[in-house]
Amino acid sequence: MITLEMILKALLYIILAPVVGGLLSGMDRVFSARMQGRVGPPLIQPFYDVNKLLHKQTTVVNSIQVLFVTVYLIFTVFTGALFFAGGDMLLVFFALSMSEVMLVLAAFSTNGPYSIMGAQRELLQMMCYEPMTLLVAIGFYYANGSFMVDDLIHAQVPAIAQIPGFFIGFVFILLIKLRKSPFDLSTSHHMHQEMVKGLTTDLSGRNLALVEIAEWYDVVLMMGIVGMFFITENPISVVWAIIACAVVFFLETLIDNLFPRVKYKTMLIVTWSVILVFAGTNLLILNVLKMF
Amino acid sequence: MAIPNLVNFLILFPFVMAALIFIQREATPVRSFTIIVGGFAIMGAAIYAAVNVLMSGDTSQFMYLEESFVPDHVIMAGEVFLMCLVCFLSIKYKKYYAILISLAGTIPVLWMDLTGKAVEGNTHFRIDTFAAVMYLIVGVVGILICIYASGYMKDYHHHHTDVLDRSNYFLSLMFVFLGAMFGLISSDSLSWIYFFWEITSVCSFLMIGYTRTQEAVDNSFRALWMNLLGGCGFAAGLMYCNMALGISNLSQVTSAVSSEFIIIPVTLFAFAALTKSAQFPFSRWLLGAMVAPTPSSALLHSATMVKIGVYMLIRLSPVMENTLTGIMITVIGGFTFFAASLLAITVSDGKKVLAYSTISNLGLITACAGTGTREGVWAAVMLVLFHAVSKSLLFQTVGDIENCMHSRDIEDMHGLIIKLPRLAFIMIIGICGMFMAPFGMLVSKWAALKSFVDSGSVWLVLFLVFGSGSTLFYWAKWLGKICTVIHQSFELEDITPKSEMVSIFPLTAMIVIMCFAFPWMSGHMIQPILNEAFNDNIPDVIGRGDVIIMMIMVIMIFLIPVGARFLSIGKNSKMTMSYVAGVNAGDDRHYIDSFGRERALYMSNWYMEDFFGEKKLLWPCIWFSTVLVLVMLIVVVGGAL
Repeated sequence: MITLEMILKALLYIILAPVVGGLLSGMDRVFSARMQGRVGPPLIQPFYDVNKLLHKQTTVVNSIQVLFVTVYLIFTVFTGALFFAGGDMLLVFFALSMSEVMLVLAAFSTNGPYSIMGAQRELLQMMCYEPMTLLVAIGFYYANGSFMVDDLIHAQVPAIAQIPGFFIGFVFILLIKLRKSPFDLSTSHHMHQEMVKGLTTDLSGRNLALVEIAEWYDVVLMMGIVGMFFITENPISVVWAIIACAVVFFLETLIDNLFPRVKYKTMLIVTWSVILVFAGTNLLILNVLKMF
Repeated sequence: MAIPNLVNFLILFPFVMAALIFIQREATPVRSFTIIVGGFAIMGAAIYAAVNVLMSGDTSQFMYLEESFVPDHVIMAGEVFLMCLVCFLSIKYKKYYAILISLAGTIPVLWMDLTGKAVEGNTHFRIDTFAAVMYLIVGVVGILICIYASGYMKDYHHHHTDVLDRSNYFLSLMFVFLGAMFGLISSDSLSWIYFFWEITSVCSFLMIGYTRTQEAVDNSFRALWMNLLGGCGFAAGLMYCNMALGISNLSQVTSAVSSEFIIIPVTLFAFAALTKSAQFPFSRWLLGAMVAPTPSSALLHSATMVKIGVYMLIRLSPVMENTLTGIMITVIGGFTFFAASLLAITVSDGKKVLAYSTISNLGLITACAGTGTREGVWAAVMLVLFHAVSKSLLFQTVGDIENCMHSRDIEDMHGLIIKLPRLAFIMIIGICGMFMAPFGMLVSKWAALKSFVDSGSVWLVLFLVFGSGSTLFYWAKWLGKICTVIHQSFELEDITPKSEMVSIFPLTAMIVIMCFAFPWMSGHMIQPILNEAFNDNIPDVIGRGDVIIMMIMVIMIFLIPVGARFLSIGKNSKMTMSYVAGVNAGDDRHYIDSFGRERALYMSNWYMEDFFGEKKLLWPCIWFSTVLVLVMLIVVVGGAL
C-alpha cells in the first residue's frame, strides 16, 4: 500500500532529480569537451539553457503537440517517482514506455519531415531496448524474488553477482535510451546533420524546455536502475552503487565520443544480439540453477 | 426463467433469427429492427444466464440433459447436412481435396454413433463459470457486431456495386454462428462440441466466400481445409475417448488423472484448437479471412471463431501441465506471438495489421494455456476478455473508416484526427487498449510474463519480451499516423450510421470501464474458473498497490487532456509551420525544390519489408511450426499408442 514514507521518497525524487539530472547533463558536456580538447561550458550550463528556453517565446506547430509534451513530462516524472518510492519494476518500465510513446506522438503530430523521421527512428530504438528493460525486471525477480524495488534494496547479496549478463545488456541499451552515439538515431546534439534535431525539430521554447527537464528525470531514473544492481541491505553498498553509476555514466560519454552513428539495421541486429547473448544466457543459467 | 430453458433459448433462438433475417432480402428498417430487437433479446438472455451462474456460488448444479434421443438424431442429421454442403460446394468450385477431409472427419464419427459404440448416458450440457464468462463475450461482443453489421452491410453494398447483394444470407450466417457458439460453450458432451465445432468451420467458410470473387473463393477454401483438418483431429480424439477410454464428456477428460492415455485425446484436441485459433502453421486462413466484409472479420477475429480454439486449450490446460504436449503448445504459441508481431510491422493494410495482431495475441493466450499453471490460465482468460472487446472495436472502426474514406490503408489514415475526429478518438482508445499501460491488454501481458517466469519457461519469457518490443512498434506507428495534424485539411463527412454507433460506443466504454473493473473481474469471474479447473485459488496476480497506481494512471490520462483544455495550455503560443529546412511552400505539405518548383512532401511509415517482410518470413515460420506440430503429434500420439 501507499505509505507516507513512499510519498516522501517520491517527493524527494521530484524535487532533487532535476538538479542531479541537470548536473549530470552538464558533466556530460564537460567530459565531452575535455575529450575533444576543448574547454567546454560551465557545469551548470544546462540550467542556463533551460532557463533561457523557458523565457523565450514558444512557437508551436499545432496545439496537440503541447498536450503530448506535457503528458510526456508528467508521466516521466511519475515513472521515476514510482521507482524511487519503491514500486513495482515491471510497472515502472510499462509506464516508461508509455511516456516515451507520448514524446513520439508529439513528433508525429507536427507532420514535419524531420520530426516524423525522428519519431520513426525513436520507435525503432524503443523496439530495440524494450526487451532489455523488461528482462532487467525479470532478472531482479530471479535474483531476489520480488518485483518491488522496496524489497530488492534489502537484498543480502548484490544483484550483480547473479545477473551480470543483465547488467551488461542494460548498460548497452542505456546508450540507446540516453540517445548516445552510435545509437543517437532519433535526435542529435548538433543541428547540422541530416535529420536536423529529429524528434525535437519542431519543438521550441517552453516545450523544448519541458523535454529537456523530462530527460533529466529520465537520466536519474536510469542511474537509479544501474545502482539497483549493487544495492544491498548494507548501507555501505550505496557507495558502490554511486561509484558504479559514475563509471557507467563516464563510459556512456566516452562511447558517445568514440563511435559514429550506425544504421538502424545494425542497431537492431547488434542490440538484440547483445540482449540475447548476455541477458538470455544469464537467464538460462539462472533457470538451470533454480531447478536444482 | 430457469437456466435450462435459457440455454435452449440461447442455442435455438439465433437459428430462428437467422431464418427470420434470411426471408427479408432487402435492407429495410424492418430487418434492422428485427436484428436489434432479437439481438438485444439474446444479449439480455446471455447476460441473465451468465450473472445467475456467476452469482450462484455452486456451478456444479448446472448440468442438464441426460436423455438426448431426439437432439442426438438432429445433430447426426446436421453433420450429414454439413458434409453434403461441403461436398457440393467443393465440386462446384472444383476444390476436390476438401471433400476428402470432410468425409474423413464425419464418416467415422457417424459410424461410431450409428453402431452404438459411443458412450451414452452422461449430461450433455454443463454451464460453469468459464461457460458463463464466454456467454458474456459472445452475447455482448458478438451481438454488438451483428447489430453493427446490419448498418454496415447497407453501406458496403452502396460502395461495392459489383458484389451481388446477399446481405440477408450474410446476416443470417452471423446468427447461425452465434447459435453454434452458444451451443459449443454450453456443451460438455464431446460429440456435441464436435458438431458445433464443424458448424463454425463451415459458417466461417461461407462468410469468407461471400463476395464470390476468385480471391474470396480461394481464401474460403483455405479456411475450410485448415479447419476441417483440425476437425479431423477433433474427431479422432473424440473417437479415441469414446471407444478406448469410455469417456464421453469434456469434463471427464480434464479431470481424468486415472488414465495415462488421456494425453492422446488431449493432444488431438489441442491440435484442433491450434487450427481454430490460427496459430502458425495454420495462420494463413485468418489472413485470408480479410476479403470478407468487415463484420465477419470482427466476428471471426474477436469474439467467436478464434476464441473457440483458445477456449478448448484453456479447458484442457490442467491436463497439459508438465507434459510434452503442454510444452509444445507453449512453444508454438510463444513463437506465433513473436513471429506474427514482426510480420505485423511490415503490412500497411489496416485489417491485415489487425489480423496479424490477432494471431499474435492468440499465440500469447495459447502459450499461457499451455503452461497449465494457475497464473497462466488467469492471464489467458483475462487476455480473451480484453482482446475480444478491443479487437472487435478496432475492426468496426476500420470498417467505418473504409466506408468514409474508401480505403483502409494505414497510410491513408494520415491525419485522421482532423479528417474524422470522432472515429479517430475511438480508434486511439482501441489501439491504446491493445498495448499501452495502464490499459487492459497490458494487465494480462503482465500476468502472462509473471506466469512464464514462475513456471521457468525461459524461451517463452524471451519470446514475450522481444514480441512486446515489436508489438509496441507497429501499434505506436499506427497511432502516430492517426495523430498527425495536417494544416488546411478539412473534416470529411462522417457517414457512420447510428446503428453502428450503437455498437461502437458501448465497446469503447467497455474498454475504459474494464481498466477499472479488472480486479473485480479477477475476483468474481476468473478465480472461480481456477477453482473449477484446479480446485485451487491464487493470490492476486497484480498486487493491490499496483492496482491503485494503475488507477491513478488511468485517471491522469483522462484528466490531463481535460485539464489542458480548461487551463488553455498552449493556446497563447505563436503558430508556425513545421520545419522543412526553410523551403516551405506556404503549407507543411509542399516544399520548393532546387529548381524552384513546388513539390509535394509526404512521410510514410516504416515497414521494413526487406527485413521482416512477409515474403521473407512467412513461409519459414510456417515450416518451422509445422515441424513443431508434427513432432508433437508423432511423439505424443505415436509414442503412447
